Amino acid sequence: MKTRLVTALLCLLMPALALAGEYDLTVDRVKIDTGDFVKEGIGYNGKSPGPVMRFKEGENVRINVTNNLDEMTSIHWHGLILPFEQDGVPGISYPGIKPGETFTYEFPIVQAGTYWFHSHSGFQEPDGAFGAIVIEPEGREPFRYDREYVVQLTDKHPHSGDRIMRNLKMMPDYYNRQQQTVGEFFSEASQNGLMDTIRDRMAWGDMRMMKADVEDVQGFTGMINGMGPEQNWTGLFEPGERIRLRFINSSAMTYFDVRIPGMEMTVVQADGNNVRPVNVDEFRIGVAETYDVIVRPKDAQAYTIFAESMGRSGYARATLAPEEGMAAPVPQMRDAARLTMADMSGMPGMDHGDMDHGDMAAQGDMDHSNMSEMDHSAMMAGTSDPFYAKGSGIAPTAANGGKFLSYADLKAQKPLYEEREPTREIELRLTGNMERYTWSINGVKYEDADPIRLKYGERVRFKFVNETMMTHPMHLHGMWSILDVGAGEWNPIKHTVSVQPGTTVYMETEVDAPGQWAFHCHLSYHAAAGMFRKVIVEGGPDSTQAKTEATTEVGGDA
Amino acid sequence: MSRIRSFVAFSLLGSTLLPGAVAAQEMIADTSARKQALTSWGVQFEELEYRYSDDDEELGVWSADFFYGTDEFKVRWLSKGEYAIEEQAYEGLENQLVGQVPISKFFDAKAGVRFDTPEGPDRTYAVLGVAGLAPQWFEIDANLYLSDEGETSAELDAEYELLLTNYWILSATLDATVAFSEDREIGVGKGLVSTETGLRLSYDLVDRAFSPYVGVVHERKYGDTADFAEAEGGGTEDWFAVIGARIAF
Repeated sequence: MKTRLVTALLCLLMPALALAGEYDLTVDRVKIDTGDFVKEGIGYNGKSPGPVMRFKEGENVRINVTNNLDEMTSIHWHGLILPFEQDGVPGISYPGIKPGETFTYEFPIVQAGTYWFHSHSGFQEPDGAFGAIVIEPEGREPFRYDREYVVQLTDKHPHSGDRIMRNLKMMPDYYNRQQQTVGEFFSEASQNGLMDTIRDRMAWGDMRMMKADVEDVQGFTGMINGMGPEQNWTGLFEPGERIRLRFINSSAMTYFDVRIPGMEMTVVQADGNNVRPVNVDEFRIGVAETYDVIVRPKDAQAYTIFAESMGRSGYARATLAPEEGMAAPVPQMRDAARLTMADMSGMPGMDHGDMDHGDMAAQGDMDHSNMSEMDHSAMMAGTSDPFYAKGSGIAPTAANGGKFLSYADLKAQKPLYEEREPTREIELRLTGNMERYTWSINGVKYEDADPIRLKYGERVRFKFVNETMMTHPMHLHGMWSILDVGAGEWNPIKHTVSVQPGTTVYMETEVDAPGQWAFHCHLSYHAAAGMFRKVIVEGGPDSTQAKTEATTEVGGDA
Repeated sequence: MSRIRSFVAFSLLGSTLLPGAVAAQEMIADTSARKQALTSWGVQFEELEYRYSDDDEELGVWSADFFYGTDEFKVRWLSKGEYAIEEQAYEGLENQLVGQVPISKFFDAKAGVRFDTPEGPDRTYAVLGVAGLAPQWFEIDANLYLSDEGETSAELDAEYELLLTNYWILSATLDATVAFSEDREIGVGKGLVSTETGLRLSYDLVDRAFSPYVGVVHERKYGDTADFAEAEGGGTEDWFAVIGARIAF
């Protein structure tokens, strides 16, 4: 009681002592021009994407959010560690922000790095309600750069979020224009033989699954910092400079494969946390993830930032150049990815016994005489990425044959928590039915689900088993996701973890934030269809059950 | 560090609102739309077409489907009509109102009523059916009908779409009706009553919302039903050229 009083007193003095920043955001109806089409949407301070919010680690921020819409809104600070009632999820953190109302968020900034913010109400985020967050660290960073740019990706669609959801419910393949055609059948038959091709089609038809089911929502224009490929956002540089590019994937549904032809990238941060530098030629950024890379263009020439969607149905493009108006060639998109039976291997009730023809070669030994199923990119993958099913059709390879970033390459620069045994494991099966467009966890949609209850002070090991044929970027609010890449205490610290089809991925969470939090797939239409949970953290720093835990010492610099 | 700071923030809030109570924030219950079942709706005209028969008969035909509901329960209004342009009369006009619930991964069960109000005698039926996606991508809709006259019949609809490209689609349809008892008044004999097979080539002009098509349709009556039709001076078999559009919104 005494200490509490002291703390309370101290707190009353705190605002005067600590850095304090005041920020204003308005939520507005805006026009979004992609270069391909102009669309009514939602933005912040009059445009979409909203402004880059620049905070300092150690600062207490007050953010006044004024809702100029005629509907409820909210802002979630994606990846920020903060008190739960500041997290901005209607129905979980708070009721939301009413039309005409100003809500003031107030929380300390306890981390550094690249993050983003977005509405957590309805489909406002796919409709354009998002912006970037850049937090300057208190101390020195373990890398140097001369200038920096935010590179915020999105998949702007001509349809509103509500309409997309409704169309998907009516016809799950409404937006899929990469389905297998008669033409593809004949070209495959001439390549792999008629009978193998028929058997392959029959195997997939029997499951009522489509190999082309990589991207649910196609027909978008890929955008970078609010500009479409033709509008060509351009970042300037002086040759020889080190440029830090803060990639943020604010897409509703789209994974992007990012490369800058002619330039190697050094990945230095993932989801805002420093990682040991990795040099790559290309990386895949999941929905809601961020990657900070450093590039060093030596010549006074233009470079294209090329981000093609994982399913190759669209791309975003921007330019780095010594002066405005320069442009480098824009590569062609590669062939559309096709799922393989390996990607289906997580599905329950899959009878592997009657599928040992053609396609299943991908699963076991690489029998080259029988590789009818695999697409070329998967075949060329010399070293396979352990975060994809073995023989997966969507496992990425670099366009130039070089290094493609894998989760396995990510190692924390400095562990945030002490390594310890998890106190328990929670299995979360990622489930769904493409034909009904229902998405769920452990077969239960959010509307029917009980919350996941965690105890303050425990370290929980989450086991994600992806039983669907789609990739799901799983995002736990309020607490870090320590992705198990097999590096022990050097496992990277993330806020969003992609789980590929047919794979099992583990992450651990130090349960150090009391309150209740959202936990969901960050694909907008999957979350809305039910792949969502509420997590309740019982107890708190003040309760007796947590007092005894050693975790009180583990908080550290982000 | 982070823990201490959040502790401070909690205390700050606590001290202003409820002195002495740390982390006193209420954990609210989720009453947002997210926690409610997602309701959806859709309108589809699988067929909306003009038919011209080999003996110069002209028909306006539609087959429409309106739904509203959740994953667990949908209300569906199915409407089918065949309007003879010259006679200015409905050769066929049926409306079904059914409730639909999922019964397996790919199939739903339906129950409801069907009202037939064409030119001539009307009928009301109780409907029990299943609809869904069969292996190898056949869309199936199978129904049992019990009429207010006590007669039973069954109908099977099947459709298969062949993607020539991702925009040019060739769809094949089969609709077959079987009667388990005779209903002379409306010209239905026991056994296989009729079939309608169609082949339509469509192009998705505006998303999947508007897809014009051309095609051929073959209608045939069988057994006693054919005899009844002949006795009334009608034909038992028709070939139609069709032009129309598939609509979805």
